[in-house]
Amino acid sequence: MTATQEMYNYKVVRQFAIMTVIWGIVGMLVGVYIAAEMAWPVLNFDTPYITFGRLRSLHTNAVIFAFGGSALFASSYYAVQRTCHTRLFSDKLASFTFWGWQLVIVLAAITLPLGITSSKEYAELEWPIDILIAVVWVTYAIVFFGTILKRKVKHIYVANWFFGGFILTVAVLHIFNSMALPVTMLKSYSAYAGVQDAMIQWWYGHNAVGFFLTAGFLGIMYYFVPKQAGRPVYSYRLSVVHFWALIFTYIWAGPHHLHYTALPDWTQSLGMAFSLILLAPSWGGMINGIMTLSGAWEKLRTDPILRFLIVSISFYGMSTFEGPMMAIKTVNALSHYTDWTIGHVHSGALGWVAMVSIGAMYYLIPRMYGREIYSLKLVEWHFWLATLGIALYIVAMWVSGVTQGLMWRAVNADGTLTYSFIQSVQASHPFYIVRFVGGALFLSGMFVMLYNTLKTIGGAKAIEAPVVAPAAAH
Amino acid sequence: MFDFTSNFWPWFITVPSVVGILAMWWLVRWMNKKPSDGSQLDGKPLDHVWDEDLVELNNPLPSWWKNMFYATIVFASVYLLLYPGLGAWQGLLGWTQKGQYERELSKAEDTFGPIYANYLEKDIISLSNDKDALKTGRRLFNNYCAICHGSDAAGSHGFPNLTDTDWLYGGKPENIKASITHGRNGAMPPWGQVLGNEGVFNVSEYILSLGGRDTNPTAVAAGKKKFSQLCVACHSVDGKGNQALGAPNLTDKTWLYGGSQRAVMASITDGRGGKMPAHKDFLDKGKIHVLTAYVYSLSAGGKE
Repeated sequence: MTATQEMYNYKVVRQFAIMTVIWGIVGMLVGVYIAAEMAWPVLNFDTPYITFGRLRSLHTNAVIFAFGGSALFASSYYAVQRTCHTRLFSDKLASFTFWGWQLVIVLAAITLPLGITSSKEYAELEWPIDILIAVVWVTYAIVFFGTILKRKVKHIYVANWFFGGFILTVAVLHIFNSMALPVTMLKSYSAYAGVQDAMIQWWYGHNAVGFFLTAGFLGIMYYFVPKQAGRPVYSYRLSVVHFWALIFTYIWAGPHHLHYTALPDWTQSLGMAFSLILLAPSWGGMINGIMTLSGAWEKLRTDPILRFLIVSISFYGMSTFEGPMMAIKTVNALSHYTDWTIGHVHSGALGWVAMVSIGAMYYLIPRMYGREIYSLKLVEWHFWLATLGIALYIVAMWVSGVTQGLMWRAVNADGTLTYSFIQSVQASHPFYIVRFVGGALFLSGMFVMLYNTLKTIGGAKAIEAPVVAPAAAH
Repeated sequence: MFDFTSNFWPWFITVPSVVGILAMWWLVRWMNKKPSDGSQLDGKPLDHVWDEDLVELNNPLPSWWKNMFYATIVFASVYLLLYPGLGAWQGLLGWTQKGQYERELSKAEDTFGPIYANYLEKDIISLSNDKDALKTGRRLFNNYCAICHGSDAAGSHGFPNLTDTDWLYGGKPENIKASITHGRNGAMPPWGQVLGNEGVFNVSEYILSLGGRDTNPTAVAAGKKKFSQLCVACHSVDGKGNQALGAPNLTDKTWLYGGSQRAVMASITDGRGGKMPAHKDFLDKGKIHVLTAYVYSLSAGGKE
């Protein structure tokens, strides 16, 4: 190695990777607490700051943007350097994205319990924080695409298509959905009115799922699955079709959140039609991920990290089948406003997003310190705690949701409703307890991960690795 | 905000939608084509390598997946032909959600209408002894009334108990029906400014003395004076209230907002506003009729 040898920027990757574990625990802890509040409402202690209404948005923001966001920053910064065979475009800007993003999270953790909210789902933060997010995000785009531009290989690796699509689209979504007229430092009103506001909100909301929680994490899958499995990506041409079809189709799917509302009929129909088309592009990613393992299936028995990754892809396939199905108006008429939606979201959020992130972090964190993972046995434990937790969570919410949907629509021979609302709440109560147990199991797995992480990096020195020379084309 | 009324917008919606769907069809077909040199579809790696060992095979699209993709595209196209979706295109079926709602409503009307028409012909007192009518009434009560009055109809703070014989606006069938149909607005004005703290205390002492509670005679005398000036217009000279105005009887043991001295003083100082919403806009006459009979039946046969 010569003195001028270029090194990868591992510092920012390391920072985001560690914070992924921390924010995962924080966000899921809040989630478990509000799940307990649903089962035992007395737990809000009549204190406004910890009521369900305020902590719920803290939970969603913490798991999506703090935990998921940190996992995306860490893995995209790592993968883009490694696959472009060059150091990040700018260390200073990368460092700014880390500290800026942490500041956003801390501000969210302060303002949301205080009840300071724009009341737009998954975009609750008030306008000064929104501006900070926009600045951090544009900086992220500059670092990422700057690195792509200075790459030492001709072809752009498939993971970077997904990371790039995710970064660009999230910038557009965030900026347009957050347009607002500020009245004070802590209060603003949306620039859109009525049903147009609702449509912009769900154009944003569904694509937060589609780009933040899907495209970005497909980027993670495309780097970490072939790496961990030591197998080539299954099909290049499949990745081309599903990439373009996925990013095109997702943008249209938002209206399925507003079926049978004041939204015009044509918008609802288009949203439903495109949501159905979305099934195949989504499954294209699943096929490419799982089939990458073909010829190496036996590794699943011995490698719990790979198992996290592969099971996450299975959950991805399951929830992207469920999603289009729930977008069908007839199904939606039953499922909408019930716990089924919560179950669906969590099969994606816990099964796909969290599992693939956890797998990627188990791959990344030891490499940041030039070590092996402290205990594979504990990764194994984590895997089973997480899987059991998800299973309990999803099944509880399915049963509860379908029960609610059926009870709400049941009609007596005299045309009156068979059940009052409170009876459906009573019927859901046991499932809220099961959901709490499932969430608590998943959270306990995260504590196992924290312990394993601390043991892995304790006393170890952070390392930097030299940039790998691109392979000559053969 | 914009209302998008120009004729440009339907095209702005239709053209990208149709072109987008066609483009996906074309994309699948294109990627499904074998390369002209016949290579690369045999599962061998392409010749790009990233990060030491990342390579891609170029396996063909799985045919079940490709066919599923085509099927969803066909389904979506047919759907958008039949239903409104492409801008101003109304769809061949002429379906609208408003139309669906009205159809379902009129079907329900055809099925259930006769039941209530039948009930409407009976008077409320006889309905209040009709088992089937009471069952229906109870279900209506659970869905429309229980959220405030409780599923046992015993009320709670600020929401009257409907099972006793004490009525703010009268417990006759026609009174109950009027309360449900048009709602009620109970308005007790605030007297804190006028009376001052001591005045409020004195009036509260007088009011509590009406119910036979232990009170200070001097304060009662002073309170009575104020009461006869300010309160009698609604609560009447003997404090027994006035059902025409919904002014409660202050001499009994029923207290809508609590009967402690503190609660009574709060009512005098800040006033109270009670609101029973009108139900005529979402319950038809027949349902209100049955509901009235049910509520009437709760109060021990509606004894006044």
